Amino acid sequence: MNDAHTPPPALGMRLAAMGLDAVTLLVLPAALLIVALFVYPFLYGLWLSFHPKDGSTFGNYVKFFSDPFLYGTIGKTLWLALPVTVLNLLLAIPIAFRVRRMRNQRILTTILVLPITLGTVLVAEGMLNYFGPQGWFNRAVMTLGLSSTPLKLVHNYTGVFISLVITGFPFTFLLVLSYLTGIDPVLEQAAATLGAKTAARFRHILLPLLVPGLGVTFCLGFVQAFSVFPSAVLLGAPAGPTRVISIAAYEAAFEHYDYSLASAIAMVMALVLLVIVVAALSVRNLFYRGPASGGKG
Amino acid sequence: MAASLKSFKSLRLEHLGRDFGTLNALKDLTFSIERGEFVALLGPSGCGKSTALNCIAGLLPTTRGSIWLDQTRIDTLGAEDRGFGMVFQNYALFPHMSVRDNIGFGLRMQGVPKIEAGKRIDAAIATVRLQSQIDKLPGQLSGGQQQRVAIARAIVIEPPLVLMDEPLSNLDAKLRLEMRQEIRRIHSGLGSITLYVTHDQDEAMSLADRIVVMRDGEVRQIGTPEDLYLRPATLDVAEFMGFRNRIAGRIIDVTADTVSIDVGGTTIKGQRRAKFNGRDVVAAIRPDDLVAAPSGLAAIVEVCEYRGHSFFGSARGPGGVELFFSSSERLANGDAVTLAADPSRVLVYDGAGA
Repeated sequence: MNDAHTPPPALGMRLAAMGLDAVTLLVLPAALLIVALFVYPFLYGLWLSFHPKDGSTFGNYVKFFSDPFLYGTIGKTLWLALPVTVLNLLLAIPIAFRVRRMRNQRILTTILVLPITLGTVLVAEGMLNYFGPQGWFNRAVMTLGLSSTPLKLVHNYTGVFISLVITGFPFTFLLVLSYLTGIDPVLEQAAATLGAKTAARFRHILLPLLVPGLGVTFCLGFVQAFSVFPSAVLLGAPAGPTRVISIAAYEAAFEHYDYSLASAIAMVMALVLLVIVVAALSVRNLFYRGPASGGKG
Repeated sequence: MAASLKSFKSLRLEHLGRDFGTLNALKDLTFSIERGEFVALLGPSGCGKSTALNCIAGLLPTTRGSIWLDQTRIDTLGAEDRGFGMVFQNYALFPHMSVRDNIGFGLRMQGVPKIEAGKRIDAAIATVRLQSQIDKLPGQLSGGQQQRVAIARAIVIEPPLVLMDEPLSNLDAKLRLEMRQEIRRIHSGLGSITLYVTHDQDEAMSLADRIVVMRDGEVRQIGTPEDLYLRPATLDVAEFMGFRNRIAGRIIDVTADTVSIDVGGTTIKGQRRAKFNGRDVVAAIRPDDLVAAPSGLAAIVEVCEYRGHSFFGSARGPGGVELFFSSSERLANGDAVTLAADPSRVLVYDGAGA
């Protein structure tokens, strides 16, 4: 009828066909916030790191990688963050398996969420008392005759390690638990009817379906642990074995007032994080990543 | 153990029971199945049929009773030691494994050598006609294909007992009819026991050699499809088997093989099958058997639907009772009809007052 003179569709319709309509505007506040709070500071820091006090372009990076007191912090931070993240995961998996079958999960999760809400500083203060030379822990150990001298558990690597486990474990555990409960329990039952015992069900069914979630959990836990600062200062030996990379950045910025160097250190930190996260996620890509249910619902 | 289970003769349930807290989901299940039989557990949802199946599979511990394969007590074994094949309602295919690996999982767990396993997997794939899909993941298959994989996975381990939990309920009507025939064909080829849970009496009747009708956690009747269709033992079995009309009345006369009852002034005749406890009875009639006749129950038509070969209607009868009937011609809403059924098609049960 009117097909000979069909006018081209209006601009609004053409945009809508590309996925742009009025609803897209709802993204705007969030996008602005991200630009203002993340993209701009990041780009500014990147720019700043290439404008050191001495005027050269790569001066900061040359300085960082030629001074063992600075580049050594990468190794020290990794030596804390990687074992802590792996240990948290290894602890979280069996506990999540047990808790999955419990009735009063809510009480337990509440207890576990507490360290997250308390924050690292409160946990550090508590640990200083509890694990200190005159703390309950050492008194108990000595009263029981397990050791004649107090164990040195704070102001060293061990102190920071313990505090990272305390603050990082609940987070890791809750993520693992939610990934685990996302696996349809009927799959395990099916494996059982086919003759798979508990260990085989874990290895062939649950673990492969859990790996993608473990990858994400590892990344998030690692990023948290890598940026450790308060507990490394309060519970560690900030001049020695727990001189982590964030301490180096802090000193550059607020003790030497060298914002340019501090930015460069932050950039190095970001790069290390990026490398580890990309590596973890590419391992994850080798596994099945679809829905963990057994068929049409 | 597994070898002795393969050459078994019968499966026996003795006083099987299961409670969930204070709820008796399964009260006292006792029956036995001979090798080669196809048995359907039939009942409305919540009647305990899936609970029974899960207890037999070993996925749910029993509260009471025992399960036997010949002289071997098996209810004390875990699911992984029973070696039964189970087809789950939502198929429960392993989403990260190919069709071939899914089907081969049971053989791998049993440690069957690779070459033999390969042959058996190929045979199972051929049985369910999935040769072209073996390398796909379950998520890439249609519902009917997933169903076939689930069946192949259950039968490849050559189980003494194949358990199916409403396996066709997620398929569309046409596919359901096709798969029914497939399941029957596969069962005949296996020569083992198939225990099939369903709430669909058509499905149970067309598939099973024997049907176990359950309600409220108890067995109400066990019999062949013909038994259940023609001679339901109780009123609720009758209702479940399609006797939708339940008409209350009082006995006025009993002869050798018929019983006459009075329904609001009209007399209807039915089969006499047993002694009655009182005079208050209920007549059960299928809608297909209740048709317009020169005399019978007077009713007012409320709905009349076209069903292809005939019309199906509902009408308000004496005392406001709802009657479902069939008719060869279209009746208008509000028409007055008289409905009657052949006495051999009318079953009479003790009524509520008895």
